[in-house]
Amino acid sequence: MATRETHGLYGYLAEFREPWDLIDAAAKVRDAGYTRWDCHTPFPLHGLDRAMGIRGTRLPWLVLCGGLAGLTLALVMQWWMNAHDYPFLISGKPLFGLPAAVPVTFELTVLLSALTTFFGMWGLNLLPQHHHPLFGSERFRRATSDRFFISIEARDPLFQGERTREFLAGLGADAVEPVED
Amino acid sequence: MGILLTRDTIDNTAHDPARPQELITGGYDFTTLTDKVCGIVERPGAPRAWWVALGFMASLAAMMFAMIGYLIYKGVGVWGLNNPVGWGWAIVNFVFWVGIGHAGTLISAILYLLRQQWRTSINRFAEAMTIFAVVCAGIFPGIHVGRVWVVWWLFPLPNYQAMWPNFRSPLLWDVFAVGTYATVSLLFWYTGMVPDLATLRDRATTKVRKIAYGFFALGWRGSNRHWHRYEKAYLILAGLATPLVLSVHSVVSFDFATSQIPGWHTTIFPPYFVAGAIFSGFAMVMTCLIPAREWYGLKNIVTLYHLETMAKIILATGTMVGYAYATEFFIAWYGGNPAEQFAFINRAFGPYAWAYWIMVTCNVVSPQLFWFKKIRTSPAALLVICIFVNIGMWFERFVITVTSLSRDFLPAAWGYYRPTAIDILTFVGSFGLFFTLVLLFMRFLPMIAMAEVKTVMPQKHWEDKVSRPVGDYHGTNPEDR
Repeated sequence: MATRETHGLYGYLAEFREPWDLIDAAAKVRDAGYTRWDCHTPFPLHGLDRAMGIRGTRLPWLVLCGGLAGLTLALVMQWWMNAHDYPFLISGKPLFGLPAAVPVTFELTVLLSALTTFFGMWGLNLLPQHHHPLFGSERFRRATSDRFFISIEARDPLFQGERTREFLAGLGADAVEPVED
Repeated sequence: MGILLTRDTIDNTAHDPARPQELITGGYDFTTLTDKVCGIVERPGAPRAWWVALGFMASLAAMMFAMIGYLIYKGVGVWGLNNPVGWGWAIVNFVFWVGIGHAGTLISAILYLLRQQWRTSINRFAEAMTIFAVVCAGIFPGIHVGRVWVVWWLFPLPNYQAMWPNFRSPLLWDVFAVGTYATVSLLFWYTGMVPDLATLRDRATTKVRKIAYGFFALGWRGSNRHWHRYEKAYLILAGLATPLVLSVHSVVSFDFATSQIPGWHTTIFPPYFVAGAIFSGFAMVMTCLIPAREWYGLKNIVTLYHLETMAKIILATGTMVGYAYATEFFIAWYGGNPAEQFAFINRAFGPYAWAYWIMVTCNVVSPQLFWFKKIRTSPAALLVICIFVNIGMWFERFVITVTSLSRDFLPAAWGYYRPTAIDILTFVGSFGLFFTLVLLFMRFLPMIAMAEVKTVMPQKHWEDKVSRPVGDYHGTNPEDR
């Protein structure tokens, strides 16, 4: 809602000193029906996923695809290179035998799974993103050290400027401040 | 060593099953822990001792590169390799360094899956060590090929001979195993470090730091929607690294085991190599961490409990290695193969008996002292024994590689292998490279995984609210699994 009140505003940021206060507050934000909001913590907080109502990620399925791709690639590569493109007879061994292909197949399966995990995770998280409005807040610097935050974005359909600010303050936050876009 | 190391004043090794193990002592909270770990990196000038150490280690590393330059200029004849011993120190050093790396992956992946919370204090350091050890390991086979300018033939890349590498050779399996291991270790280490790099970015006061840490922190802002996927990715990487670490030294052992040389052609090699790798890796973690925790004042984060637990792992794996030595002899006798029997009698009583008994003393006898709690909880004693283990594990690889080759089936072709000065200086120089990288790591990167340690810290007034640690890393809450 781009009213005059929210113009140039990214949202509100509420600071909490204790982790359990954040979890209680997050459950209330979720129940109030906000959708464009987030919690920021220096380490993964236990029970916060449930309090925020975050659903499971599809990352494992991507990794499965990556692993299967590695497996297929390794088998096809070994067969094609040693038995088809340049048949390479050595010590009377079969040109392509599954037992001898196992180590390389295993390694490439792991390699492609790991690369998918790494790039998939950052991709789904939309990182790297070196600029973000929250970095404008001096207070927010402690989000990676010893403070716990909730941010509600002005783009949220339920966002109501001053009322949202009061709502956050009522959750037991130590401080609530606006963040410029 | 006793002069350099003081005895720990805080002892948290007492075992009380009714209470959770105290992993961080000294009353740290989130703020002071961040200050402590970041303070090491943020200190404007490095301590004088650090510069002295760096200068010394970097010169050793430079010496290694000079030796490699000379090797490339003159050819592999500058080494002690000759018939019948075509695999000398280069292969010994390769296996030694790859083995060192294994502890890091074990701590970061296997102990993670086993929910061993004490790993959080040491995993960053151990993982860094893994990567540096693999760097050192990778150098040796690279320069051993003789014509280093065609080293890319190791990889299945199209070349002007229109030939492909032989995928039925264990040496090629090794290329894939070590390559995958290095890549996955690096991804795992970096992924774990991103939240801590963000901490350093947010505390940075100079422009250079803001840009450098900011770039590598990827814009991490501690979002819980990110943490959610991050933790899933971390779990998957741990799950992938677990079979990987066991496979790497298995594949390294295939280099030996799939050949027909007596003393190499045995099925016990893969598990025996893996146990030895973990054994030597933990010894190296201790060798680096004991001085580091002393000099940087990290005794409340890397506590006596951590050291004692690692000592127990060294005792267990050292005993496994001793058992493997005995099994080899038993099978040589029980298998009834005269060539195999000769290989083992020659190993223990032949011209390399001195190396064999150094190996047994260092690897089998010295860790047995860890049955005594007094020794397990004395940093000075731990350090000395761990250095012995490092020496012993190098000799193990020497004994395996050289004794079998020097006396194989044809007595007319027997020989005695001696390293040259170039061999020795190259190996010594690899320690220079390793410790140079360790020193740079300690100066510029957070050596304690802060975000992970915070999840296992005891909290003030915690009992009033929830009776469990706050962290999600270890899934201590069964209902959330």
